[in-house]
Amino acid sequence: MSAARLLAGIAIAGLALAGRALAGTPDAAAIARQGNGHGAAPCASCHGADGGGQPAAGFPRLAGLPAAYLLEQLDDFAAGTRRNATMQPVAAALSEPERQAMAAYYGKLPAPASPPAAAAAPADAALQAQGKALAERGRWSQGLPACEQCHGPGGVGVGQRFPPLAGQSAVYIANQLHAWRGGTRRNDPLQLMQAVAAKLSEADIAAVGAWYAAQPSTLGGGQQP
Amino acid sequence: MKRFRYLALGLAAGLAACGQAGQDAPVATAATSRPATASTAAPVPAARDRKQDGKPRVAFAPPPESSIPADEFGKEVALGRRIFLDPGKYASAYVGNRLSCENCHIDAGRLARSAPMWGAYPAYPAYRSKNGHVNTFAERLQGCFRFSMNGKAPPLGDPVLVALETYAYWMSKGAPVGASLPGRGYPKLPKPRLAPDYARGEKVFKRDCALCHGGDGQGQQVAGRTVFPPLWGPESFNWGAGMHQVNNAAGFIKANMPLGRGDTLSDQDAWDVAYFMDAHERPQDPRYAGSIQATRAKYHDSPQSLYGATVNGRLLGQGTAAH
Repeated sequence: MSAARLLAGIAIAGLALAGRALAGTPDAAAIARQGNGHGAAPCASCHGADGGGQPAAGFPRLAGLPAAYLLEQLDDFAAGTRRNATMQPVAAALSEPERQAMAAYYGKLPAPASPPAAAAAPADAALQAQGKALAERGRWSQGLPACEQCHGPGGVGVGQRFPPLAGQSAVYIANQLHAWRGGTRRNDPLQLMQAVAAKLSEADIAAVGAWYAAQPSTLGGGQQP
Repeated sequence: MKRFRYLALGLAAGLAACGQAGQDAPVATAATSRPATASTAAPVPAARDRKQDGKPRVAFAPPPESSIPADEFGKEVALGRRIFLDPGKYASAYVGNRLSCENCHIDAGRLARSAPMWGAYPAYPAYRSKNGHVNTFAERLQGCFRFSMNGKAPPLGDPVLVALETYAYWMSKGAPVGASLPGRGYPKLPKPRLAPDYARGEKVFKRDCALCHGGDGQGQQVAGRTVFPPLWGPESFNWGAGMHQVNNAAGFIKANMPLGRGDTLSDQDAWDVAYFMDAHERPQDPRYAGSIQATRAKYHDSPQSLYGATVNGRLLGQGTAAH
């Protein structure tokens, strides 16, 4: 390819990008890779190229989460009603159409088929048993529902408002439970998660995070938990 | 999924959880029309933190699930528990909707103020005015399948009934027989200040219920499993179920909804949203007596039943088409 053709190609690509931006349809894949050029860092640098997150660092997986849930979180970060030092400036630097495009983009990415190897490291049996019990049965003697009662069998999520927990970073799950319990995250519908988190001990939080991090993000064919 | 449409009369083998009392708050009669546009919707005083009827001291705690023995008896207990949690899978021949026992009996039937099995089991045999004879616990369970599950009553001695009765018996270990334990059944709410109202109830529903049960009240499923149960329509309980009575629904809702945040709705909100739920169409009463009026006269002559009432210009009690 000659230099002239290369330059022309780049120019055409640039025009195409500009055209899309002008038409109000942001290129979500490009923003995920490169940022939006207006202060929003590339999503992939923390959430991974496949949207699978970085479990050990507590960066959550986004791939396959409900688009409406993702959009609500981006909007809340942008408005300051969900607080996070990293995400607030990113969300605020995205335009409304860009936030919509990113939510739709990650909502359509396939969820990782199995938990990342790091997360699947065998936790101790007692911790797993405690996590499983809270996930599937709750602790109703304290009025604590099971996670599954809203997040679905296996924690795979329900509809657009109850995100999956299965295959999510244990560190992220624990961070959020701490935030709800401590009152620094309050954007849950009907204060359902604040009510739940208030009844969890430190050990409970560690157990639930470890349990769900090790669960497959989708229910297997015909699998009935 | 199987659908049963039993229109047989008589021999009502057992009624669903109809309130034994608490018929003191009239909400409607067959002749009463309560249009949704009723302008009585005075603002409800904010009473979300009020706990005037506070949680009763619960004198009984069922044995932990981990104590189910590993012997033959324990196997039957465990089977009963499995049926209780997923009757559509383990008792499918007798189930005609997408509900499970624990939708209305939370925590696998263990939770106080959610009609726990340890409150019900020691209360039978009992005379029930609704069918005019003494009912055994097994006969009472038959009513659950026929009405709440909109299915078919398992015959007495059926393995499904044996397992469920064994589970309830195990859970009631140490409970006094024939005593009414605190936390039994659903709480009986005081009569509301304002008569329950459809329009106010709809507002409560949209605010506090639709998140889980859907704007159309049909609940949500994942991989064929009900996560949030349908509240009306062809996949919900039928007109013979106890939950169709507004007082029963109001007590359950007040104590247990939204899930994990029980006792946060005001009494008025609980009454209004119960009325709203029970003013929707659902499967026909299997004891249907030839006409809505005759069926109401025979089985639903209660101010707590909207069967046969006209709400928003629609006569209730017509049933829903089977799927």
